[in-house]
This record gives sequence, structure tokens and C-alpha cells, in this order.
Amino acid sequence: MAGDRSAESGRPSPSRRQFLFGGAAAGAGAAAAIGADWALGQPSAPVAAAATLNGEATVDFHGIHQAGIATPAQAHSVLLGLDLRPETDRDALRRMMRVLSDDASRMCRGEPALADSEPELATVPANLTVTFGFGPGLVARAAGSAPAWLRPLPAFTIDRLDPAYSDGDLLIQIAADDSFTVAHAARMLLKDTRSFASVRWSQTGFRRAYGSEKPGTTMRNLFGQVDGTTNPSLGSALLEKTVWITDGWLAGGTGMVVRRIHMDLDKWDRLDRGGREQSVGRTLGNGAPLTGQGEFDEPDFAAVNGAGFPVIPEFSHMRRARTDDAGTVIFRRGYNYDEAPAGGSVSDSGLIFISFQADIDAQFVPIQRRLDQLDLLNEWTTPIGSAVFAIPPGCEAGGYVGETLLGA
Amino acid sequence: MNIRILTATAAAALLTLGLAACTSAPTVETSNAAAPAATAGDEVSISDAWVKSAPEGMSAAFGQLVNASDSDVTVVSATSEASPMIELHETVANDTGEMVMRAKEGGFVIPARGTFDLTPGGNHIMLMGLQKPLVAGEETSFTLTFSDDSTYTFTAPVKDYSGANETYEGDGGMKMDMGSGN
Repeated sequence: MAGDRSAESGRPSPSRRQFLFGGAAAGAGAAAAIGADWALGQPSAPVAAAATLNGEATVDFHGIHQAGIATPAQAHSVLLGLDLRPETDRDALRRMMRVLSDDASRMCRGEPALADSEPELATVPANLTVTFGFGPGLVARAAGSAPAWLRPLPAFTIDRLDPAYSDGDLLIQIAADDSFTVAHAARMLLKDTRSFASVRWSQTGFRRAYGSEKPGTTMRNLFGQVDGTTNPSLGSALLEKTVWITDGWLAGGTGMVVRRIHMDLDKWDRLDRGGREQSVGRTLGNGAPLTGQGEFDEPDFAAVNGAGFPVIPEFSHMRRARTDDAGTVIFRRGYNYDEAPAGGSVSDSGLIFISFQADIDAQFVPIQRRLDQLDLLNEWTTPIGSAVFAIPPGCEAGGYVGETLLGA
Repeated sequence: MNIRILTATAAAALLTLGLAACTSAPTVETSNAAAPAATAGDEVSISDAWVKSAPEGMSAAFGQLVNASDSDVTVVSATSEASPMIELHETVANDTGEMVMRAKEGGFVIPARGTFDLTPGGNHIMLMGLQKPLVAGEETSFTLTFSDDSTYTFTAPVKDYSGANETYEGDGGMKMDMGSGN
């Protein structure tokens, strides 16, 4: 929720679009659309193949950047936070990342990892991506130079952090359009971390199922709000500038914030529709600013109602999160969560807030500080987990993620 | 189609001979005789090779051997820096029906234009006495020797693996675990 600069708007990958156009693949319009995507450097897929199964769609594991960041958000994800074992030294880190990178590259191609005991489960990649992140502990263990922002976020007054959902030395983000694929990939990768690390936390998230909505539709959160309209769009210059680091061993990489934000749906139930829209500053119907008609209309923060009060309230989430400073933009790629309720409640739901930005201190922290000071949504939301990771650049075939830090 | 391939092969052979003639052996005759037959070591490769990690004792290597030639080839032995003693094993049912590993008589025969699978619970390259622990993410090299005395060397990454725990039926009837498992 933090950061209305967000949105999960994104162009569909060629493979997705190709699927949509499958029935009309011979049409010149469809072909042109696919060509346009290709020209923008999206993951490749054979143009001619019509009506393929989405389960066969792949996203290349290799490249300048790791996949799973500027990749259209898949329907399912699991985030795994791991603690390194005491004996895992720099050499062991290199071995671990070699194994994990090889596993991931094979599975992302729809092939089993070496020594997969259930190889048949690896044959439905469904746009699988695996993204690795390094926490402060791992970079220290590798004797690498850590960016200043690679540390726990400053304490915010709204935080009620649970160590069970916070921090960690190694992050593995696994995402695909098929939760079965995600489960098998997680199992395979975790088997290969056992000699090096132990699981600290695991967070499972979801969006709309593949094919349920038009690709690129802004995600709604479980409050029903259109959440993330202003996210930089995939392929845009703004996204490039917002996300990617340009120097050092992290060149081609980024910074990642993971915040588990509990949403009190039972309390939210007591708020009427008008109050809900006021709290965020957007309509529930289509996410339009309260001063506009369409989701992507620019809000008019100066507009006042008959009583002289701002139409978009001072305390609204959108007004508080919004920034006109292009230096404090973040790119969001979060997921919803919905766990078993406990203690008399009927829901345990929320948002796995995920943002990518080149400099967490400069881009994310100012937004979160404003929301910490004032945001009516804080009445119903509580951050209960928080973690920060450096995301190394991608690797080429035969290489491994982390080689710019761990390479001999 | 066969003719065209043969022609291309012959041309390549002639080209090779010609280059050799230029650089070192002026007395080489150009003739229509076929180039010397490729050795088994030239024609065999392995894909998806890996070795099971183990702190000590025994382990095993797996993968898929591929024979690109038009005749069967036979792997007769294997060596590795990881272990001074290596056997080519098969896994079979013994008299009591238990699956046990034992040395494969006659070695591994890879059929012409075919493959030979090395898998946990099946045929494998058995490392009988590890020199040092095999730890995940390392690479170990192996050299296979074929019945024509040619060799093929490859490297295989070490992976943690909980399976491949068949018992070993040695000459003295001793049974041992393969690898120490995880």
C-alpha cells in the first residue's frame, strides 16, 4: 500500500499476448503488435506458434537483469527468506549460487533441475521466474561492499514487526502463472540450499489467475481498492531510471523492499463506501481520483468541495504517497495474501508489498516516512514484516547470479 | 540424402588432410580412402551429468551418455580425481528380490545413435573411496575409457541428493550404503 506511485500496470509479454491473439495469429494486426513488443526487448517467444498453452510459456532466466522484476507479474508467487548456516563462507556462497542458478535456469526453460526426483513436475514453466536477493548478512559474509541502504529500514511508528516475517540473508522470489509450478520450483531450490542455509520465512502471494483479466489490469488489493495506478510501466524509461543500479557489483541489479502488511478486513467492514474512497482518494469503482473519471486521470489536489474542504482529503493515501519528484519513484510488484484466520477473526489477509528501486534510502524511505506520519489507511493496515535485499544483476548462460560479488 | 552426407564427410576429410599437408607432413598422399574412423571418445558425450555429494566413503555419478556414431560403443572403465577406485555399476534384483548394485559385466554399451542413462536406482558410475568430501556446487572431472582405448573427459557438478541408497553387493557379499545421504 505504501506508495501510490505504483501499479502493476505492465505490457503483456509476447507469450501472453501471443496466447490472447492465438486464434487470430495470422492477422496482420496481431503480428504487428507482437513485433512491437519484440522491438522493446521483451522475452522472446516464437511468433508463428499459435494457440500454445500458457503452461509452456517461458521467461528467459538469463540476461543483464534478473527476471521477475521488469517482468509482467505472474499470478502466483512465493518469497523465501533464508538464514545462512554459520559455516557458509564465501566459497560456499559461490557454490550455492552456482547450484541455484543452474537449477533456476533449467526450470525456467521447462526442464528439470539436475537430480530433480520429480522431473515430470518441471515441464510446465508457465512463465516461471526465479529472482535471488542478498541481505546484509550475505554481503558481509562475502566481504563485499554493501550499498548504504542495505540494512533494515528505519523503525516506523506504525510498524509491528514480527521477526518471523523480517530480514534474512538470502531471498528467493519464485513466481509463475501456475501455483503447482511455484511449489515444485520452491521445493527443488530449497533442497539445494540445505547444505548452506535454513528457511527463515516463507510468504505465498496471489493475484488474479492467468486469463481471468485483461493483462496489464491494475491489481486490486483485498480492500477492493485499485492499488498501484501510477507504477512506472514496463519498458518505460522511467522504470529503467527508477529500478536499475548503474555501478559497482550491483550494476544491472536493484534494491528490493519486502513488507508484509496486514489488512484488518473485519475493521474495514465497518467503514462505508464513501469513507473507504476518502481514505485512499480514489473511487472504488474504477480507481479514478475523486476529482476525475478514469483510473489514469491526473488528480486535482487543489479542488475543494462545497464546504471548502479538499475533494481529495489531506489524510488520503494517494495524496500522502504521491510525489512529483521523479527521484523518489518506486516500482511495485506486490502480491495479496490470505491465510487461515485465528483468534476469533474470520480473516488473516493483507498485502505482500514488494518494491524495486535503485536506492532504497532515496526513493522508498521518504514515501514511507510520509505515510508513517499521516495516512488514514494506517487505521486498517499494519506492517508486520520488513526486509531489504540487494538484487544482483542477471547472468549469462553458464554463469551464475552473484558472480559479480562472489567471482574469484 | 546419405550420399550427400558422405560426400560432405569425404570433402571435410580431404580438407583436413590438405591442411595437415600444408603444416606438417608434406608426404601425406591425397587419396580417396576414407579418413581414419573416429574413436569412441570422439563420438560420445554426456548430458546433464552430476555427482551425489558425500562427506566420505562412496558416491555415484549420473547423466545421459550419448553416442553420435553409427556403431555401438562400450565404456569399459572410468577414472576421477575424486576417487582412486571407480566401478561401472548396474542395479539388479538379487536372489531375495532386493535391488542391489554390482559391477556391470562387459561395461556400458551405448547403442549406435542412441543413449545410455545413468540414474539413481539404475546404471551409474560408482566412486568407491572418496579422497575428500564431495560438496554441493563443486565440480569433479571424470574420464571414461572405451573398448577402443580412446577416452572422453567431462566435468560434473556435485549435488545434494537424498536418494540413491541402494545397497552394494560386493565380491564378498558385503553390503554398503552408496553415499552417506543427506
